[in-house]
Amino acid sequence: MADGPAPAIELRGISKAFGAVQANKDISIRVMPGTIHGIIGENGAGKSTLMSILYGFYRADAGEILIAGRKTDIPDSQAAIRAGIGMVFQHFKLVENFTVLENIVLGAEEGVLLNTSLGKARKLLRQLSDEYELHVDPDALIEDLGVGMQQRVEILKALYRQADILILDEPTGVLTPAEADHLFRILRGLKDQGKTVVLITHKLREIMEITDTVSVMRRGQMTATVRTAETSPEKLAELMVGRKVLLQVDKAPPRPGEVVLKVENLRIHDEQGVERLRGVSFDVRAGEVLGIAGVAGNGQSELLEVLGGMRPAQGGTVQLTGEALDLTGSRSDARTRRARGIAHVPEDRQREGLIMDFHAWENVGFGYHDDPAYNRGVLMDNDALRRDAEAKIARFDVRPADCWQKARNFSGGNQQKIVVAREIERDPVLLLVGQPTRGVDIGAIEFIHQQIVALRDAGRAVLLVSVELDEILSLSDRIAVMFDGRIMGERLPDTTDERELGLLMAGITDTDRPVATAEVEANLARSGGKAR
Amino acid sequence: MDKLPRWADVALIPVVNLVLALIVSGIVVTLIGENPFDAMMIMVNGAVGSTYGWGYTLFYATNFVFTGLAVAVAFHARLFNIGGEGQAQLGSLGVALVCLYIPWPHWTLALPGAIVGGALFGAAWAAIPAYLQARRGSHIVITTIMFNFIASALLVYLLITSLKAPGMAPETARFPEATYLPTAQDFFAAIGIPFARTPLNVSFIVALIACWLVWLLMWRMRLGYEIRAFGHSEPAAIYAGISPFRITMVAMLISGALAGLMGINAVMGEQQRLLQDNVLGAGFVGIAVALMGRSHPVGVLLAAILFGALYQGGAELEFETSVPREMVVVIQALVILFTGALDGMVRGPLEKAFLRYRKQPKPGVAAE
Amino acid sequence: MDFLTVVQILDSTVRLATPLLLACLAGLFSERAGVVDIGLEGKMLIAAFFSAAVAYSTGSVWLGLLAGVAASMVFGVIHGLASITFRGDQLISGVALNFLASGMTVLIAQDWFAQGGRTPALDGAARFSSIDLPGAGALRDVPFIGPIYDDLISGHTILVYVAVLMVPLSWYVLFRTRFGLRLRAVGENPGAVDTAGISVVRLRYSAVLICGFLCGLAGAYLATGLAAGFVKDMTAGRGYIALAALIFAKWRPWYALGACLLFGLLESIGNRYQSLDLLGLQIPSQFMQALPYILTVVILAGFVGKATPPRAGGTPYVKEK
Repeated sequence: MADGPAPAIELRGISKAFGAVQANKDISIRVMPGTIHGIIGENGAGKSTLMSILYGFYRADAGEILIAGRKTDIPDSQAAIRAGIGMVFQHFKLVENFTVLENIVLGAEEGVLLNTSLGKARKLLRQLSDEYELHVDPDALIEDLGVGMQQRVEILKALYRQADILILDEPTGVLTPAEADHLFRILRGLKDQGKTVVLITHKLREIMEITDTVSVMRRGQMTATVRTAETSPEKLAELMVGRKVLLQVDKAPPRPGEVVLKVENLRIHDEQGVERLRGVSFDVRAGEVLGIAGVAGNGQSELLEVLGGMRPAQGGTVQLTGEALDLTGSRSDARTRRARGIAHVPEDRQREGLIMDFHAWENVGFGYHDDPAYNRGVLMDNDALRRDAEAKIARFDVRPADCWQKARNFSGGNQQKIVVAREIERDPVLLLVGQPTRGVDIGAIEFIHQQIVALRDAGRAVLLVSVELDEILSLSDRIAVMFDGRIMGERLPDTTDERELGLLMAGITDTDRPVATAEVEANLARSGGKAR
Repeated sequence: MDKLPRWADVALIPVVNLVLALIVSGIVVTLIGENPFDAMMIMVNGAVGSTYGWGYTLFYATNFVFTGLAVAVAFHARLFNIGGEGQAQLGSLGVALVCLYIPWPHWTLALPGAIVGGALFGAAWAAIPAYLQARRGSHIVITTIMFNFIASALLVYLLITSLKAPGMAPETARFPEATYLPTAQDFFAAIGIPFARTPLNVSFIVALIACWLVWLLMWRMRLGYEIRAFGHSEPAAIYAGISPFRITMVAMLISGALAGLMGINAVMGEQQRLLQDNVLGAGFVGIAVALMGRSHPVGVLLAAILFGALYQGGAELEFETSVPREMVVVIQALVILFTGALDGMVRGPLEKAFLRYRKQPKPGVAAE
Repeated sequence: MDFLTVVQILDSTVRLATPLLLACLAGLFSERAGVVDIGLEGKMLIAAFFSAAVAYSTGSVWLGLLAGVAASMVFGVIHGLASITFRGDQLISGVALNFLASGMTVLIAQDWFAQGGRTPALDGAARFSSIDLPGAGALRDVPFIGPIYDDLISGHTILVYVAVLMVPLSWYVLFRTRFGLRLRAVGENPGAVDTAGISVVRLRYSAVLICGFLCGLAGAYLATGLAAGFVKDMTAGRGYIALAALIFAKWRPWYALGACLLFGLLESIGNRYQSLDLLGLQIPSQFMQALPYILTVVILAGFVGKATPPRAGGTPYVKEK
């Protein structure tokens, strides 16, 4: 690399601390123009912070940034845009009730009046769409578009501002495998046009598939930068975690028993009257894990919420060990569900599973605070709660082992351990688990997976919802795939693969024939699956 | 680890905020041509320099304890009840009706009756905004403001029609003597200590009990646990089987009832008849009191006494200097501004300062 | 009720609706940018006082207007500091500013004029005088059109016409200019604005300043146009009615005009009749006074069309990825 062109991006000794937390420490990388560079690391490794510094969202405490060989100061996003950097954030930065066109010109308008800049933008947009296969209706409202489309608007926004460098933060989290393929095609197209792409992800597969070079981050530091062709997933995983990692979960063959949960023809509308579940039927037996795969927003969340007593259903029946559950009336709440033996590890532990400003000991009783063991007459028995919390913290190796810490002061993995301890130690008949390892470090992932498998081995039924196909494949004894509020089919983990599941996730049941991505996209656009 | 030690959060920041409010108030006093230190001395002397001062200070404080607790309980459920004023108005009406239309033989019976009347009417006035918030999503801040205005229109209407006593003034007849509450003067006279004649009465004890009950409710009972959980996160509450509707209703009913209890002090304890406005802004002082007291009963009690002293001191200030008693409204506004809205101005630098005392940044536990 | 009475009621409706409309549009700019402002009342009040005080001292209503607007904008800046810079609670800041205005005006009025918290009465050039539109006199005697043109349309002070013109102007600025696009965007999703390289802080401060400016006009009109001087707490809840009108109008300029005229009409009828006989039912004036508030509650309850506020309203902007 000695005498080639100047790197598109060069970072020298970037450091950034938030309070006592060192998010980035002395990070240096070089990204050559016209390449796709991956940045991989666990949650909390500091990837997003680093890219936010590059986009002027944060200021680095130390270090310098060179763009195309020139030292560049990036105090704000305006400066980043001027330097030719475009960013597609994990959570899209779009104004929902504006049109595509309005979103694209926002901040890059020409002149004081709107009409002239919208007219010009419309023309330019058409050119860009043709050039990069990024077709969107300029007059559609963002809130009416699916996530895949919204992502395209984000990319178009960057291109409209003539970005040479495009940074994408976890862009595939909300996409089906087929949509992700299409995104990668677009990215390759951009690369062929000489653009530089930086892809931030925690998925090894994506790194191997599309990047030219890859940097690995661990605990705020850059541990290695290598050519993708010269490395392997195992090696990258080891660099990410700092030790050898088992990418597979060890588990004995299932011994399914009686049907514990029987769901028939379940229907749900959301507040706008849109049907989110359109007649879902399945059952889960004792001693097995049923995994529900699907792109986020296809009804899985609503399914968990109904079963967990967080929302009413509009039709269908649910039976738990042969007895019907109340789905609409006064006994359809979460409290009654818990009393029936349904435990629930919710999808979003910070919004739902924990009260972030409560101490750990208060959280250990959350949802079970009616339990006589935690009460003495009309008053709560806080001592009993604290004793129980200390025991659970010890058994689940929660760190720091201090029940007086507030939930928000624990890392993602330890927060999740508190939730899992609370729910699993109730020895439930049925465990509902949503995204058990989202934002959890690898060590805790292994531990939580083991706990789920142990519960299943103890003869309990487990319903697992996850958008991570790897997790579904390694934990489930059976897999059901959801698309647009329906179950598209059931498969066994040993006899299926990611391609087949991916097609089911896009609503294509006839998985043997060759399928064009256009069809996948058309289906997804129709389903209107949106990230929540 | 929390950014600030607990003592800094509960004590240091409110004190710094208060000092800032007092400094700005001092500047205002200087600008209108008075010496702020002299003014301060007059206020302190007037508020706590005599049994007369103490009597009025604690009398006002009693009102503010009730309205402050009302705001605080709602705050815990993340509901901003600006309607304390209207709820206290209605509570006063409830107290007045109980005192006027039930022939009580003795104040010991009239007081519980009035407590029930005040609490019921106050709660009822909070019930509609609470219901609209819980079922229709109508923003409770706006609806409670609207209900303040509706309450005062309603009271004026009643006082010039059905409740009006003979005479010019729009007010009710005087309550029967059996409902008069014993004052601090009566109490101290009984044990042989001279105490000035002030409206401070047995309601103060009721206020102290209310503080203790609110503490018990919020930190020792399941309902309080649920209210606090709901206040921190509504989705989490639903997840835990806590009904948002129930909590919104219950929290607002308790809040309205507490505001309504102000009537026993102001109407039964002092005026002994219902006037057009018995609350005189105490509902709004409750906001300042709850903010300063960090929504904790002990904090509310201390802040209420502070504001009681301000009100009493302000009255003395008006008497002795050219500073009108609106000075107190200015100080109250500044306290709300600094403790409630400009909190970040003090908190930010303090957090940085505390951080510097702690150990150097460590790699690891990174936040993304 | 004869025709002339109707014209008179409508004429007073226009005058009473003017401060509501200006304050309502003020709130519109602020809330469209995501800054909730329940401090409209306080801004109007402080502007009313300073406009009357300076108009009295200098004898010029224009200098008074300037002072009133400046005072209101200073309050806007304080609200901005609290809710934008220090990310405090916007509702609490608004409450605080209302009290600050209520206390400060009396305090300063007492210090300057020693008349129990009011300014001396204004007259002559210290007040806004009414403007006769061309031909008003000539048309006066034409039946029907004459009274309407002469009484209802002509003969108001300049601020009334300014307020009415503000409606199309606000609409144009919000929906047809770059500034308006950005302003609306920052009230919906400040993250989108920030990542597009535009300063959220600067946009929100401009909204807060526009809000202060318009409230300043509203307050000045109260003290120097509608009344002849400042009296204690003279806004009497108008800031809250303007807020109610804003919700009623679903945050849109033209609807705001309609809502403010309606509330102005209610106030005008309430002022004119102690009690109203409607189909044999005696309606007390207190009910008329409370009616804007009751109507707003009904609207808020969603029984008459849902009012959806700007999505980012009330929340300070914190950068996140």
